[in-house]
Amino acid sequence: MRAAEPHATTGERDLVQLLTPEGLRLEHPDYPLEITDDEFRSLYRDLALVRRFDTEATALQRQGELGIWASLLGQEAAQIGSGRALLADDMAFPTYREHGVAWCRGVEPESLLELFRGVNFGGWDPKEHNFALYTIVIGAQTLHATGYAMGMQRDGSENAVIAYFGDGASSEGDVNEAFIFAASYNAPIVFFLQNNQWAISVPEERQSRIPLYRRAHGFGFPGVRIDGNDVLACLAVTRKAMQYARDGQGPFLIEAFTYRMGAHTTSDDPTRYRLASELENWKLRDPIERVKAYLSRNGLADAAFYDAIENEAGELAARVRAACLSMPEPKPLDIFTNVYAGGSPLVDEERAAFDHYLAGYEPAATREGGH
Amino acid sequence: MAPIAISRALNMGLRKALESDPKVIIMGEDVGKLGGVFRVTDGLQKDFGEDRVMDTPLAESGIIGTAIGLAMRGYRPICEIQFDGFVFPAYDQIVSQLAKLHYRSQGRVPMPVVIRIPFGGGIGAVEHHSESPEALFAHVAGLKVVACSNAADAYTMIQQAVASADPVIFFEPKRRYWEKAEIDTDTPLSAAIPLHAARVVRPGRHLTLLAYGPMVKTCLDAAKVAADEGHEVEVVDVRSLSPIDWPTITESVRHTGRCVIVHEAQTFLGMGAELAARITERCFYDLQAPVLRVGGFATPYPPSRLEEYFLPDLDRVLDAVDRSLGY
Repeated sequence: MRAAEPHATTGERDLVQLLTPEGLRLEHPDYPLEITDDEFRSLYRDLALVRRFDTEATALQRQGELGIWASLLGQEAAQIGSGRALLADDMAFPTYREHGVAWCRGVEPESLLELFRGVNFGGWDPKEHNFALYTIVIGAQTLHATGYAMGMQRDGSENAVIAYFGDGASSEGDVNEAFIFAASYNAPIVFFLQNNQWAISVPEERQSRIPLYRRAHGFGFPGVRIDGNDVLACLAVTRKAMQYARDGQGPFLIEAFTYRMGAHTTSDDPTRYRLASELENWKLRDPIERVKAYLSRNGLADAAFYDAIENEAGELAARVRAACLSMPEPKPLDIFTNVYAGGSPLVDEERAAFDHYLAGYEPAATREGGH
Repeated sequence: MAPIAISRALNMGLRKALESDPKVIIMGEDVGKLGGVFRVTDGLQKDFGEDRVMDTPLAESGIIGTAIGLAMRGYRPICEIQFDGFVFPAYDQIVSQLAKLHYRSQGRVPMPVVIRIPFGGGIGAVEHHSESPEALFAHVAGLKVVACSNAADAYTMIQQAVASADPVIFFEPKRRYWEKAEIDTDTPLSAAIPLHAARVVRPGRHLTLLAYGPMVKTCLDAAKVAADEGHEVEVVDVRSLSPIDWPTITESVRHTGRCVIVHEAQTFLGMGAELAARITERCFYDLQAPVLRVGGFATPYPPSRLEEYFLPDLDRVLDAVDRSLGY
């Protein structure tokens, strides 16, 4: 049992932690977690691979291959822990930063880049992976998730929904309406709030006077704050919350207290609004290092294990890079595709006119292609 | 069958939709026991249960946002927005989410959602209860927008909207809810005039009046008066505001050579602007006069004691008809 000391960073007594930054395993009376050595090692693998993928995507943006990238650096544990708590038929609704959750849902990492390269708005089939498209408008997806959960409820489904959002989104009307609808209909949904401390440049204090997890109480469902850099706490608490929702007990809020170690996106410059010392402090709480510390301390992994993961990560990065560079360019007439499921004479007419217009320039296009 | 009111025709159409597909659900504020503030959903919750006719929390963005999630799960929600002026809290969900999801998902996530909105003025209501925001929706790619003007269309069009694979914003002419007409419940939907077709509701050869929703009746009344003065005015009920049935409209205007467009919404950048621009492009050599528009002023909707001046009426329509015929 851990002592009920106020948490060093959050000041909260109630933060659930199962693995300390030093790699010490803790027990929590409400969130027991049985985990095998193999599972522990595979968690490390996921965390490391997702970070490597993210680093490669950032590099691709810097080299002009992506228009923008929203890095998950620092939030790997929150995403892998919660993502691995889901069952195949549960449904997840991400923001635009849930690359780790996408990984857990079996979405090809390459396809995440399509949105950021600008070839389409989402390269995966939400139904195939039970992972909705990324949503850029802050908080909007929490209502979709709630409606989807209401649909599951009507279908007699034994699964549940998880909705991802952040500390900034917690101020949006849509998130608050999602809480109200979910509570009112007792929908099977877990609201997974990654509090990474920063909504671009605005700190959490501007969003809330109270710790965000406590908001759930006012809406009539449970809220828990967990160490978002602790993959075990994220796994155990999400697992329990999802089961709570599946069992028909209604919504549940998890606030994963974490830190956005990188910029908001590649267009952002965090040196303008936060101190370097803050980042240095959080580096000591790195979500991957503590798993490595646990594995090493307990003799569960050796140099060969880490080398193998590093090689695998290198291969993943190379594969993702190659896929990005060889991504087919969309064709001009793709603009007109799928505007309506039932078609539209207006879109058809504009498509035909633009096609005709382009045809008039075909010689020019051919000439350019010849160089 | 005895003539029935538009509100009742909508109710019958909704009932048919609920009967024909178990995935159809109705959701909105006060749509349950109360049957909606205009009684359009009267009795439906009693017969289909609270899971299919749902009173929602009082939050418009929440209504549309959760409807989107339900549609992702395979449902076909029909959302009621209680009054035109209350749709704006849901505007983001409609414009940024509902309208784009099929496109964003490369056709993988269809959005068969209907949003019913009573619109327009003329009932002496307090502010925010008399708006005509149709152009704000017709401007958005991915949405389909229709307006019914009579009971027969109301009955058919609401069922067609529910059957549509795309999101449909369904405008109901609030002040005409109680206007009665014969409706046809025998013709199957598949044999009915398509949802996105316009219709000539009164033939004529001297001038075309284009209108939709509540203004169709006003235009028909104007056409009768004009006929007494020897002018044969054709009235076309545009019905679908997105997409627009250009063949029916241009055929009428080519035939008459003159066109006046009438709607309650502000004339500036209203539906009439698009209609006039395209008609001018397509019927240029057949036009005997510039296309004229009659509509609301470039002001907020006024207090109800002034609305009779704001809303196009018989005289303002006839004034425009005279001006057009004067060219």
